[in-house]
Amino acid sequence: MNQLKIAFKNLKQYPSAMVGLGIILFLVLVSVYALVTIPYSEAVYLWRGGEDVWYQYPKYAAPSWFNFFSEKKQPISFFVNTADGSMEKVVTHNTEDISTIEANYSFDYQADGLPQEITIYIRPEVGPKFPFMSISWITPDGREIRIADMVVQNKTSYRFSQDEKLQAKLKSEKVMQVLFSDPELETPTVLKGTYQLKMIATTFTNGDEMDMEFVLFGTLSGAAGTDKYRRDLLLPLLYGTPIALAFGILAALGTSLLTLIIAAFGTWYGGWIDELIQRITEINLVLPFLAILIMVGTFYSRSLWLMLGVTILLSIFSGAIKTYRAIFLQSKESSYIEAARAYGAPSSRIIFSYLVPRMVPLLIPALVSSVPTYVFLEASLAVLGLGDPILPTWGKVINDAFTDGALYQGRYYWVLEPAILLMITGFGFAMLGFALDRLFNPRLRDI
Amino acid sequence: MAEELVIPKLDGAQEAKITFKDSTFMRIFRYTSVRILTMAITVVIGVYLTILIANMGGYVDTIMRNDIRDTMTQTILLNPAYRNLSTEAKTRIVQEKIENEIKRRGLDQPFAIRSVRYLKNALTLNLGRAVQMSSDQGSKLVRNILLERLPATLLLTGTSQLILFFGSLFIALSLSRKYGSFWDKVIIAGSPTSSVPSWFYGLFFILIFAAVLKVLPFGGLVDVPPPDNRVDYYLSILKHLILPCTSVIVSSMFLSIYNWRTFFLIYSSEDYVEMAKAKGLTSSDVERRYILRPTLPTIITNFALLVITLWTGFIITETVFKWPGLGVTLYRAIGFYDTPVIVGSTIIYAYLLAITVLMLDFVYALVDPRVKVGSGSSR
Repeated sequence: MNQLKIAFKNLKQYPSAMVGLGIILFLVLVSVYALVTIPYSEAVYLWRGGEDVWYQYPKYAAPSWFNFFSEKKQPISFFVNTADGSMEKVVTHNTEDISTIEANYSFDYQADGLPQEITIYIRPEVGPKFPFMSISWITPDGREIRIADMVVQNKTSYRFSQDEKLQAKLKSEKVMQVLFSDPELETPTVLKGTYQLKMIATTFTNGDEMDMEFVLFGTLSGAAGTDKYRRDLLLPLLYGTPIALAFGILAALGTSLLTLIIAAFGTWYGGWIDELIQRITEINLVLPFLAILIMVGTFYSRSLWLMLGVTILLSIFSGAIKTYRAIFLQSKESSYIEAARAYGAPSSRIIFSYLVPRMVPLLIPALVSSVPTYVFLEASLAVLGLGDPILPTWGKVINDAFTDGALYQGRYYWVLEPAILLMITGFGFAMLGFALDRLFNPRLRDI
Repeated sequence: MAEELVIPKLDGAQEAKITFKDSTFMRIFRYTSVRILTMAITVVIGVYLTILIANMGGYVDTIMRNDIRDTMTQTILLNPAYRNLSTEAKTRIVQEKIENEIKRRGLDQPFAIRSVRYLKNALTLNLGRAVQMSSDQGSKLVRNILLERLPATLLLTGTSQLILFFGSLFIALSLSRKYGSFWDKVIIAGSPTSSVPSWFYGLFFILIFAAVLKVLPFGGLVDVPPPDNRVDYYLSILKHLILPCTSVIVSSMFLSIYNWRTFFLIYSSEDYVEMAKAKGLTSSDVERRYILRPTLPTIITNFALLVITLWTGFIITETVFKWPGLGVTLYRAIGFYDTPVIVGSTIIYAYLLAITVLMLDFVYALVDPRVKVGSGSSR
């Protein structure tokens, strides 16, 4: 414990180490938050669920904070529902069978741009006679526009812009423009103020239920925006953190520890074991690492955890074995090992209690510095289309954006958000690793 | 050559010199044979493993057979020439065609036997024909497919890696003489940036220079359509080369300079360097004669290993920049289950690596008089 304190105190002299530690701590907190608030199965469901899960979000919406930085405000997407009480619903029983369900929603619209679309989702649970429903729209200057009158037979999605009757009535195909513009002005300008949506339904059977959901698809949505499938990008950004950390740290830990132990075994026993390890290392040098990973991904499975296993397997017998071996050969001859041998310590004790711990100062910086390599490896595989099929990861987001031509289309947020997170992660571990290296290897400290 | 270099200056009798020479020759011969043998075994096992993986231990065969069955059935059923035949006759023809095709591709033999044949072909550089892919000229020969893409890859890897290598070497050399200076600190502070791979910088560069500033192309090798004029053609390639090349250089620059600098620093604090400085030699003389000379073996090793990596190309950077090189070809070959192309690209890398590693032993002895070939330890 005391040693740890001293190490930390020494580490404080390196500002880069503190920045790195801060970044890692932040990432760990984000991971914990993500894992606690969104269970694994829920995350997979939200990421892979299909239109039923994502329908409330607009396509290709940039993050909401874009408005802070631009003069022209864009509309932020929102949805309200009578089922969860975010939109009020008033039920009046006129006679025994006939009742009216009324839902009004007023909202303040201060954006300079038009929304992508307005949709009303109606979910009726009604008897043999279908209810009748009318929708109208009240603008800030007091005009009331009748949007639609319809018979609701079953679950209905009513999209304003796609209703041809409404287009004919408004004498324009650009429904959003008519609904949100100031009619007094020549050039279409958005009229700011409080808009109201009125929905009145009449049901004809006792016990009929009906829920309405009003979704305004803006051009901005949430803290992270959405992709082409309407998925909220906040999920992969949040949930990608624990995945990236787990992959990076597990791969780094597995690789460096196993390499160290194998090198220790080889040097301690010598002879054919050492020779075999050396030969395997050379064979491994010939094998094309990334190509094999791609083959495994294409031929077998794209599961992240399988990739992790293969990565570790292929990286164990790396050049690091030769470095460790050279140092082990030296320490094998040192007097404390001789002493251990003299009192009859078993080989396993010598390897695990005397040889391996001696390498910890060399191991830790190397381990921390190699984490980014593996974090980026996951992203690299994803960019090649070999990302895990079910997990929301940063690399997957970049891949989706890249294959959809986000850079050509100017949807930079889609690429930049995961990219910056990846970069921060990489820098965090690299900065800490470099500082640790200089701390533990005094030869480099004053250089 | 190597043999002569390790002979120490002997002022003694002629006889003694001859016996020493013989033993040196024997030692080098024995050492070389053992090295070549182990290297050969390494290459054989490495390539065989790649063949096994690239065939999924034989599972690709099943995929192939199903694929042949599907395409043959389709072509026969859709061919108007066979329309009037009875169903039975058609089935028979389909069956026959399938068997012919399976035999033509050699899929009728068990995988164990075929894998050995693949190995033999690979080792004799008889790369054979691709299964699905073909070169732009329509050739199915793996050799042609790989050769066609080689120039593009060498252009990208060669330009970027050579600039990177020599650039960082010389910057590091000059930095090693004034450590603690401002630029030295910049390099130390910047070295964590190398934890980010080149394709990732590529992404940012595409965003800045292609998408926002619109001064450089998004990717590819030349403009579409390619310019008729020769000069314009090369200028267009050059323009497309800038971004991928820069991203490769930027991603490794800081760490590379940092590593070389640290390496040179260790040597430049040696006593004989101080001595040379005290003698009043110019700094370029000190650098060349007292720092570069003893570090030459390491520099050569790094350079040799770099040269062989040029061959592999950058799979992901090429994909991101749509650069038509070997890396992309390998990636596409994997997607097509095109084993001959995968194995072909691996075997060439394996051979280059083995030859380079073997050569390095002798190059060491050439440039560093302290190293004796096969003696195991330095004098």
